[in-house]
Amino acid sequence: MKYLEGVVTLEFDEARCNGCGMCTRVCPHTVFRMENKRAVVADRGACMECGACARNCAPEAIRVRAGVGCAAGVLIGLLKRTGPTCDCSRGSTCC
Amino acid sequence: MEILPWMDGALTTEIGDVPRVRAALGLRDLMGAIMARWGIGRMQYCVPPGLYAVGSPGARSPVLVSANYKLSFDRLRGALSGQDAWILVLDTRGINVWCAAGKGTFGTDEIVRRVQSTGLDRIVLSRALVLPQLGAPGVSAHVVLKRSGFRVIYGPVRVEDLPAFLDAGMVAEPEMRRVRFDLRDRAVLIPVELVMGAKYALLLAAAVLLLSGLGLDGYSLARVRATGLPAAGLILGSFLCAAVLGPTLLPWLPGRAFSIKGGALGLLLAGAWAVLGGAGMGASWLHAAAWILIVTALSSFVVMNFTGASTYTSLSGVLREMRFAVPAQLAAAVVGFGLWLIGLFVRGA
Repeated sequence: MKYLEGVVTLEFDEARCNGCGMCTRVCPHTVFRMENKRAVVADRGACMECGACARNCAPEAIRVRAGVGCAAGVLIGLLKRTGPTCDCSRGSTCC
Repeated sequence: MEILPWMDGALTTEIGDVPRVRAALGLRDLMGAIMARWGIGRMQYCVPPGLYAVGSPGARSPVLVSANYKLSFDRLRGALSGQDAWILVLDTRGINVWCAAGKGTFGTDEIVRRVQSTGLDRIVLSRALVLPQLGAPGVSAHVVLKRSGFRVIYGPVRVEDLPAFLDAGMVAEPEMRRVRFDLRDRAVLIPVELVMGAKYALLLAAAVLLLSGLGLDGYSLARVRATGLPAAGLILGSFLCAAVLGPTLLPWLPGRAFSIKGGALGLLLAGAWAVLGGAGMGASWLHAAAWILIVTALSSFVVMNFTGASTYTSLSGVLREMRFAVPAQLAAAVVGFGLWLIGLFVRGA
């Protein structure tokens, strides 16, 4: 299953890549691939902007506006003027 | 230490007694899981954060990190029968790994804090933590290493693959790294979608029922029965079908935007209602047109909200589709209810 093409905010700066391969291990949608000991963006359209790659990229070669692709969260964020939130887990009274 | 039903004694270690957990799930765990899936007590379904043992772990056993949502924790221990391992449970406020990682509660700070507060470095020789891959959005592996001295190893996405991953010397096959959204994955999410949407659907149905008595001749209870009841049934039936069939048929519904998929499903439903029972759709063309608009808008909205439960929608994509979908849904709903109200008066007594 594929979502909308050409919308994601993923940016990759090849010059900064140190070839550690971390992005290929954390991405749940195989957006990155290793080529000649450097990462390349192989499937940009599959990116869901979870932010795992950017957060685990030590040389900071990856940038993405991380967020949750949740329409309800966007609506609640609009109504409460907080911006998109992941609000279905509010009211947790745990441990 | 409080003894909980899923514990099996304790392991005496240098850092004190570490509760041992059962690798087999009991009836109570199963019932708890079913209830959580239906949204009952879902926000209080958690285990105390801290260190646990599975089997008889020693200084060289792997340390597996998990969230303190009991559903997540149970899936992990349920996959570990016959294994010796440590489980480090983070305080994610009872939220699952992926969602908590998105919020940052399954995150770098909490891992560093939990490693230090448990004294993990005194009972294991290896300086490695195995995290579920979906914890990665909240964790910077290189920062955890710098601050705690523990290396983060990202394990597979699915816990079923964990034994194979451990046996292979902590190497994940590419397939283990990919998140899926199979029929089964989608189906288990349906109950919570139903429960969360039900109160709005019921309110809408009640409003329609109440208004249906209006007409040129004043308020008529006979019309509530004849027009209102089938109308309320249409609303509830359409909500139910959209919430069940939307996730089920997701890959086969046309379009990529969830609102389009839902709209298409809505047209299909309106068609089905017209064929199955003309009574609900109303005998007049006005009411038929009204219901096509209302059912399509409703289904589009319900399926659009399933983006939050899906495993592959981006925030940018959701914002893009909402920019056209929400105005369209609103317009269809307003025009639809307008036509329906007019229909009550035009048909008269």
